[in-house]
Amino acid sequence: MNNTTIDNKNERRITLKVYRENRGQDSGSHHDTFEVPYKKWTTVLDALLYVKSYMDPSVAIRYSCRMASCGSCGMKINGVPKLACYTKISELETSTVECEPLPNFPIIRDLVTDFSRFFNHHKSMQPYIQTNDSTEADNSKGTFSFYQSPEDVDKYLQFSYCIKCGLCYSACPTVGTDLNFPGPQALAQQYRYFADTRDESKKRLDIVDDRHGIWRCHFAGSCSKVCPKGVDPALGIQLLRSYMLGISKNDKIPAKKIEINDDNNNNGKI
Amino acid sequence: MASRTILKESQIMKIHYITGIAAIFVVALHIMMRLVVPFEQSLEYDYIIANYKNIIYVLILESILVLISVHGFNGIRIILLELRQSRAWENMVTVVTISAMIGLIAYGTRTIILANGL
Ligand code: HEM
Ligand code: SF4
Ligand code: FES
Repeated sequence: MNNTTIDNKNERRITLKVYRENRGQDSGSHHDTFEVPYKKWTTVLDALLYVKSYMDPSVAIRYSCRMASCGSCGMKINGVPKLACYTKISELETSTVECEPLPNFPIIRDLVTDFSRFFNHHKSMQPYIQTNDSTEADNSKGTFSFYQSPEDVDKYLQFSYCIKCGLCYSACPTVGTDLNFPGPQALAQQYRYFADTRDESKKRLDIVDDRHGIWRCHFAGSCSKVCPKGVDPALGIQLLRSYMLGISKNDKIPAKKIEINDDNNNNGKI
Repeated sequence: MASRTILKESQIMKIHYITGIAAIFVVALHIMMRLVVPFEQSLEYDYIIANYKNIIYVLILESILVLISVHGFNGIRIILLELRQSRAWENMVTVVTISAMIGLIAYGTRTIILANGL
């Protein structure tokens, strides 16, 4: 934003209340307030970047894509976990916008939190396709792909939209008390790979069948409420549970392997 | 992640849901059997002893005792497990809740047997 924008008399202003804390210095925490101009389309991230550019460069935030894709800019905005780049000041309809770090994550500085534990839970789900068929990796035997019908894809597609922003994890009451609980993001990803017809792992249900595992979800549903990508992690958890309780039967038909013949260009067709 | 336990958590939770749902029915039956006489009368000594001699009433009482003890103490185990995370705490919670469950079932069964006059 340039000076002409700031001088504009008709411009609306918002009070941005920003949480400040530096883990490195034991000086405790406080809030700083900034008067920031905004337009109809100004996002909370835009406002914070304005503060950094013109008022206080020391405010720590994390962001990258600015378009709800990278999952970096999660924070508590007016008490609710949201993506700062995906939340417009105008839609909040309050005169003060309060920005705080995501709950359930250790604070590094100001609005920047430590995602190590969250990512470790995600990794412990083995979030990748596991197949017993080694021909796929062996280029000398030709190039293969695995056929999935649109119905096969529908079973997991919604869950694959997760951007690992951690909003669901920060909203989960169980995560708030049980740090060993994998959380909605990781559990929903376990379902995403479990439901994928290309995946042949037999261990998926065992990984989450633990004292601190999937059964510690008590269906608060707050994860699905805050998810910015419509993943509905609570649904993934319940679907996975229904297999573990024997209500749903795992009748997954493994994806058919098809050779891709580049010469006659019939990629992906059987 | 998964630790070595006698029952898998999914098996324990199956028991938890089955006992919880079954308890709704037996508790409903129990309340209905109490409602056949006015409330005051249902608390009279002779009436209670007579109930304890009724084999159907006794079987329902015993099943409430077992179902609610198993469900309730497992419920407490679940709640306590989430409070702290350490192997020692988990083992302590498991031992204490299972002992209390067995203790309550034994004590309740003893009362039922004594009152029945077996
Ligand atoms: C003695 C005290 C009790 C305790 C500590 C207790 C605890 C619990 C807990 C922790 C859950 C699991 C909830 C979840 O996973 O989110 C649960 C579920 C359940 N309980 Fe109980 N409970 C008790 C008594 C009862 C009684 C008396 C009944 C029925 C007459 C009952 C019926 C159920 C049912 C049907 C469920 C399954 C529904 C659900 O998971 O939310 N419970 N209970
Ligand atoms: S499930 Fe939704 S809220 Fe949770 S990490 Fe993925 S995108 Fe974010
Ligand atoms: S900056 Fe990438 S999701 Fe907000």
